[in-house]
Amino acid sequence: MGHDSTYTNQKFKVVGTRVNRPDGVDKVTGRAKYGADAYAPGQLVGLFLRSPHAHAKIKKIDVSKAEKLDGVKAIITSADLPDLTGDDRDLTDILENCMARGRALYDGHAVAAVAAIDMQTAKKALKLIKISYQKLPHVTDVDQAMEPGAPIIHDFVRDRKTGKPSNVCKISQFGHGDVEAGFAEADVIIEKTFKTEQTHQGYIEPHACLANISSDNTGELWVTTQGHFGFRSTCAELLGMDVAKLKVTSSEIGGGFGGKTHVWIEPIALALSRKANRPVKVVMSRDEVFRASGPTSATSIDVKIGAKKDGTITGATADLRYTNGAFPGFWAMLGSMISFACYDIKHVKSIGYDVIVNRPKVAAYRAPSAPMPAFAIESVMDLIAAELKMKPIELRIKNAAKEGTRASYGPTYGPIGIGPTLDAAKNHPHMRARLKKNQGRGVACGFWFNFGGQTCVDLNIGIDGSVNLIVGTVDVGGSRASLALIAAEELGIPYEQVRANVGDTASLGHNDMTDGSRGTFSSGMATIFAARNAITVLRERAAKTWDIPLESVIWKEGAARATGKGNSNRPPLSLKELAASAPNTGGPIAGHNEVVADNAGVSFASHICDVEVDPETGVTKVIRYTVIQDAGKAVHPDYVEGQLQGGAAQGIGWALNEEYVYGDDGCLQNPGFLDYRIPVCSDLPFIDTQILEIPNPDHPYGIRGVGETSIVPPLAAIGNAVSNAVGVRMNHTPMSPIRILKAIEDSKA
Amino acid sequence: MLSVSLTGALRSAVGGAECVQIQASSIRELISNLSDQYPNIRQHIDTGIAVAIDGKIYRDNWDVEISADAEVFLLPRIQGG
Repeated sequence: MGHDSTYTNQKFKVVGTRVNRPDGVDKVTGRAKYGADAYAPGQLVGLFLRSPHAHAKIKKIDVSKAEKLDGVKAIITSADLPDLTGDDRDLTDILENCMARGRALYDGHAVAAVAAIDMQTAKKALKLIKISYQKLPHVTDVDQAMEPGAPIIHDFVRDRKTGKPSNVCKISQFGHGDVEAGFAEADVIIEKTFKTEQTHQGYIEPHACLANISSDNTGELWVTTQGHFGFRSTCAELLGMDVAKLKVTSSEIGGGFGGKTHVWIEPIALALSRKANRPVKVVMSRDEVFRASGPTSATSIDVKIGAKKDGTITGATADLRYTNGAFPGFWAMLGSMISFACYDIKHVKSIGYDVIVNRPKVAAYRAPSAPMPAFAIESVMDLIAAELKMKPIELRIKNAAKEGTRASYGPTYGPIGIGPTLDAAKNHPHMRARLKKNQGRGVACGFWFNFGGQTCVDLNIGIDGSVNLIVGTVDVGGSRASLALIAAEELGIPYEQVRANVGDTASLGHNDMTDGSRGTFSSGMATIFAARNAITVLRERAAKTWDIPLESVIWKEGAARATGKGNSNRPPLSLKELAASAPNTGGPIAGHNEVVADNAGVSFASHICDVEVDPETGVTKVIRYTVIQDAGKAVHPDYVEGQLQGGAAQGIGWALNEEYVYGDDGCLQNPGFLDYRIPVCSDLPFIDTQILEIPNPDHPYGIRGVGETSIVPPLAAIGNAVSNAVGVRMNHTPMSPIRILKAIEDSKA
Repeated sequence: MLSVSLTGALRSAVGGAECVQIQASSIRELISNLSDQYPNIRQHIDTGIAVAIDGKIYRDNWDVEISADAEVFLLPRIQGG
């Protein structure tokens, strides 16, 4: 049934309240079942053997001794994985990333996997697998990979002008106008180069799954994922299975942030299970998560911005170079789309270069590709403001995009929130707080697209009138609570009467991943429509009970009410009463909806950050942090605030500490949380939030996605704050103590 | 006729043009007629595109109608985290 998704300015009773989350008790008491918590009778332990080289030809794999070891039930190499991907290059790359085919393309690339009766046996088996490598030249740095004479990683990637092999797999350009004319109009031009190092999403729960394929080629997969329907499709295609014969159940998820939108171990676990004819459980170690899952790109970015004396930006360009890991991707393309999205610029151009290097295949990381150009551009915005002797916030307000602005990536904006977030930042008490010695303040703004996609939900009314909502978008940030609130709002019943669950792939039609900040936006829309469908059924049952026309029955405050002449004395029929009489009025009552939820509404945020830098040690402490973001409508304000705080916390780690460190041998030097330091509570101040609600005109409740934008400004806000604290422009993340001290020393030279 | 603006790598599929003229009154017609006129665009459609109509971005819903004076952009399909 079609529904109108137009915003209606509805007044809410339960949406917007701060109710307890349905999964809260299980999570704090340890009862929640994550990826590694599943068990099946007879299950085996699966382990991977991974390349110790950054780039090497695999001359021979000898598994004969390992196969003879007691307790080993299956060994998989690429020879056991026929290429069923046809002409689908992306799928071919996924297959090769899951298991090396002839060459190891990065340190940590899987080359074999075993399934054995226990961990000790599996470890012994890995040691018995003999692999003969021929090391090949490698390159891990994005700029070096683009240089003439750099080691070429894939012959099939060609320079589009010369036709010669190249590591640049995609060049993307966005923008409009004539940038040279724009710079000619400028009174001041600032041009600067920035680098950001590769970081990992840092989810606490490693990748884990329990795979079970039976002899009739039907299977089940229990897995920690952001999208079990997508995992089902990919695994089924790689293994030659019908999607209907593979049931995938998503576990509770201990963080994903984009990294669990891609398969890494799952197809191999299924292949091991099929070969061993036993269930196989695989749990990645932290070392493996760092070396062989999907971090974000390292980047190198040139930014040039010109402005008039009054602060009007006349022209802007950005050249963005992104590592893609060992396979082609589109991460610089995304970066080049996003670069100048916050601003109204007449002449603007961004060019993105996606570059292949000997590092793990890059995956999405919360607002993928956006924080890096924000760091570069927002830093140059501060430099322009300083040159013009303007307050940085005023320069941003003057140039902020607004309704009717042509976005740097093409289309014209509708109602957007960048101006209001900047105004709120300007007026926030944080901006008036006095700073002390060695302290600095930074402001930055950020953008993320948001999107919707394919979604369906079932809303089933139980025999006692309680409501079971089954959704297909994995709950990564409290969406079950938000969706239950929405169902309760529509049905006019208390939140506690609704229980939201994530259904497995056999329970619902296809649902896209929980990515792009789409979970509450899209499943919320489907829930509204499913509830409205259920209400129609409830009205029909009441009309049948009263023997009056359907048109004489309305649904209000959780009950059917008869209207019109002669009906005023009929007492309402509550949801519970209608549920109880359902067997005699037509059977079970349910509402269902499937929707393509487009027009998610773009999202903007402005952040304010204060830091204190110890000039002796270079150590930076974030002392105050404020996030201001447009949520459209905050369905559950606690979880919106949690998203804003979480994004800022991750951004603080990215800005100050986190980085993949590669040695000259191309191997990762710090694959563990001791050497790759994510922020802990004691590193962070209380992160203050301010939610703005500028309704999305294309959602009935005005909802926009909120999960990603909050990670976009922190690198830049902290970069500006640190630069103001030490008096030296920082242009390389992480701004670790060593880099800060070097920048201070260099400035004195 | 709609004026359809193209961005990024999509331009190379239409011979480098920033804008092409296509007869269409819905996204479905736009995709169909664009593919007929510029066969090289098909690979991009297969891997995923988005259509922005008057600033609203549609990734999947091809039933959306397009008025003759609409601002239409063809964009690469984006991925989120």
